[in-house]
Amino acid sequence: MPDNSAIVYDAQESASAANNANGANSAHLEHPSYLRHHFNSAEQQADTSNFAMWLFLLTEVMFFGGLFTAYLIYRNWYYPAFVAGSHQLNVIWGTLNTVVLIASSFTMAMGVWCAETRRRRGLILCLSLTFILGLCFLGIKTIEYHEKWEKHHVPGVHYSLQSFVDPDSDAAARAAGDKPLPLDMARHTEIYFSLYFAMTGMHALHMIIGIGILGFMIYRARAGAYTSGHVTFVENFGLYWHFVDIVWIYLFALLYLISRHQ
Amino acid sequence: MSEQTKHAEHEHHIVGPGVYVAILLALLLGTGLTVWASFLELGPWNPIIALAIATAKATLVVLFFMHVKYSTKLTKLTVVAGIFTFLILVSMTLADYISRAWGSW
Repeated sequence: MPDNSAIVYDAQESASAANNANGANSAHLEHPSYLRHHFNSAEQQADTSNFAMWLFLLTEVMFFGGLFTAYLIYRNWYYPAFVAGSHQLNVIWGTLNTVVLIASSFTMAMGVWCAETRRRRGLILCLSLTFILGLCFLGIKTIEYHEKWEKHHVPGVHYSLQSFVDPDSDAAARAAGDKPLPLDMARHTEIYFSLYFAMTGMHALHMIIGIGILGFMIYRARAGAYTSGHVTFVENFGLYWHFVDIVWIYLFALLYLISRHQ
Repeated sequence: MSEQTKHAEHEHHIVGPGVYVAILLALLLGTGLTVWASFLELGPWNPIIALAIATAKATLVVLFFMHVKYSTKLTKLTVVAGIFTFLILVSMTLADYISRAWGSW
């Protein structure tokens, strides 16, 4: 390895002589066009990019981790309020969204495989499917958010405690068999919804950014950018997309499935 | 391609569609399982089971969709370090709250 790098660096000094046919030791070794000169090999470059992407994802883990920790504390403090809040979420939409994201992770993984095996049309198809599934997810989220807005469950000036102090007036609370909450505990449902909107909102923002980048990738994939051996961008974006999927897997379990048996 | 000992493409293991389909099915199964389990009355075990299933699903995504099972030791170490740091975040925050003023809200 060290010898290899010495040869490459030497060649930089005598770039004009790099094209000579004799003396393999002084020639600029052939390398793919996408290999930057501060790397020994394409594999090292790819490994480095991969490592850097993982470091970024770790910062994202800590970022969402803070929100999850806040959720953990408040759920333990105000459990009845969290139960009542969770019952206001539609399990069918939530499960459907989970299925949509898992499918999109599958299509994204298949996209990476297409890039690695140089299937240009397959890659375009997989990226497009991932894109569409991402939009489906956001569409369902819009439906859910709209319902929350209509029922005055968005924290702020228009927040209403009615569903919680008088569950019989609310279809979702009736279906879940909720009992009326005392006023102070009913007020804490606003904390549940604050966390709901903060966490799913931040997740949705990550989805939007991901969908944007997918659009860019589809455009570049059509030009064959990712099916000529340089798959790093697609692979690293795949890591991002799977991470966003994992966040949702936990969000779904924690926000939608609290005490559904009651 | 070139006389280099390593070929220009990755030496890494290319994960095939078969593996991905298997993981997809396992994840969908896990989703069904966690929804079903949430409707059972299991007391304090409900959240534990929900988190256990979620963690199993996340593990499958990390190992196979994100290729960590087939990646370098550096990548594996990085992932473990991230999980470890996250656990520090949660446990230290909890330790602070539990040891002072728990219940004084």
